[in-house]
Amino acid sequence: MRLLRLVLTRATFYAAAAIFAALFAIPLVWLLFAPFDARANLAVRLPHPFTLANFGKVFANAFAVRALFQNSIIQAGGAMLLVTLLATLAAYALSRSPIRGKDLLSYGLVLFSSIVTGTAAMVPLFLLIYSLGLIDTQLGVILVFTGGLLPAAIFIMRDFVDSIPRSYEESALVAGASAWGMFKDIALPIVRPGMMVVAVWTFVNVWGGFFVPFILLRSPSNMPASVAIYSFYTEGGTPIITLTTAYSLLYTLPVLALYLFVNWRYGFRFFGGIKS
Amino acid sequence: MPERRTILPLRTGLLFLAPAAIFVVAFIVLPFFWVAVVSFTNRSLTGPGALHPHFVGLTNYLQLFAPRTFLQPGQFGSSLLITGQFVLFSALIGQAVLGLVLAWLFYRRESWVKQTVQTLAIVAWIIPDVVVAFAWSAFLDYGQGTLNHILTGLGLPRVDWLLGVPMLSIILFNTWRGTAFSMLLFSSALGSIPPSHLETADVTGANAWQKLRDIILPLIRTHIVTDLILITLWTFNTFTPFLITGGGPAFRTEVVSILTYRIAFKYFNFGSGSAIGMIMMLINLAFALVYLSLLRRREATR
Repeated sequence: MRLLRLVLTRATFYAAAAIFAALFAIPLVWLLFAPFDARANLAVRLPHPFTLANFGKVFANAFAVRALFQNSIIQAGGAMLLVTLLATLAAYALSRSPIRGKDLLSYGLVLFSSIVTGTAAMVPLFLLIYSLGLIDTQLGVILVFTGGLLPAAIFIMRDFVDSIPRSYEESALVAGASAWGMFKDIALPIVRPGMMVVAVWTFVNVWGGFFVPFILLRSPSNMPASVAIYSFYTEGGTPIITLTTAYSLLYTLPVLALYLFVNWRYGFRFFGGIKS
Repeated sequence: MPERRTILPLRTGLLFLAPAAIFVVAFIVLPFFWVAVVSFTNRSLTGPGALHPHFVGLTNYLQLFAPRTFLQPGQFGSSLLITGQFVLFSALIGQAVLGLVLAWLFYRRESWVKQTVQTLAIVAWIIPDVVVAFAWSAFLDYGQGTLNHILTGLGLPRVDWLLGVPMLSIILFNTWRGTAFSMLLFSSALGSIPPSHLETADVTGANAWQKLRDIILPLIRTHIVTDLILITLWTFNTFTPFLITGGGPAFRTEVVSILTYRIAFKYFNFGSGSAIGMIMMLINLAFALVYLSLLRRREATR
């Protein structure tokens, strides 16, 4: 009787797990097969005939290549550098210098950034970039993403800096190092793992971001891959499906690779931070 | 507290903080006040309102709340109701409940089964918006989509997901999309419960449901509140349904972010768009204040 119950419990567990696995996997199966199918439509089927020509189509499309290999990289890379640099400096200052009311400042930062979201603030963000003369420029997109992601990045970094013992820096000061030299030679190497996490997190967020470039950019030559994919699939048609699925797969791979990297290097602890 | 040596002098500290502060003031603080100012004007992208916007008082707000049109399709009240349904069913019920079920199912179990299911949920969560939206447009397609293939395979009738039941479609999509966050948060919450709490219940022969209700849920109460508020904020502000339905058909999936976009960037009516943005921010503020006060209380009791 007890054995029967054990078997039943196990069977229920595996059945439930299988159903959940299927629920999450099935909507993506099509995206895995269609890029390799010469006659892909919206239906799921094993690629027949199997082909890599769809990827060739991507590389023959100047708009697609420029969006993915130039614009997305410039925008995500630019914001990544700015956010990582500024968040590290700011978090270090908030942790190590006697600024009054810095905890209140941190709370205010979180409060404001969760209220002023990209969609709620779309009009003033557009007007701000417009008055800076940066509409339809990569720089405008980089600046808006940097401003939007900085508060969370500072928060992640501050957690990191706070967890480091102060004794290294104190002995460096005793040895006569300047504030900047101490930051550069002692603190930076120690907080590097935190900077890596913030850098990856920022890159993935901007890489996947759609709304900001969608409202700030006009010319096709400035569009990142996210907006390019949207413009492909809203046009529709079979030839475009083969191109767009192959393109989507190429565009997704860096995100999966970076996730695997962070997961392998820093473990699950940081996972909560990889997506806002 | 012992007097600690100052590592970074105040002036250097302010210098380190300045560049980030400029960005935060320009792109977070300024837009908050700017949206309020624009919401009281007739500012537009083109036409006379672009060059010489006028102060129009409460006109934009009065139009949004005009009782005669408030609840008509494509109007503010109707959009708020749609957003409320979207948040309630896809985040509070869909993501949170499914996340809890998954965390509970794999609690105290380490196996390849757990790894597989959790990884699949996480993949659904980290793939970029446009890609999952594209995949779901195909998944839900009436003629060729995978979901209707499965239904016909089971002997059930096809459903016209995107035109017939668009709300259900974006609710299913957003549940699928975001469950991983709740699952991870609840998994780590469950992991922090001391095993001794459950061993007593095992001895007394409590069943799984009793253990969940009487022991687990009370212990992870603060995590649940954190989860609910965060996913509510994110779902309330998301623009992603636009990528699947564009807000249609006939405004039936037009959540407030899409409505704001249509008013401000399709009709170029920045004043009215700002008024909606202002109300969105006030709703966000209410959620954030509740969250911060709960966080503080938790820190105080620690």
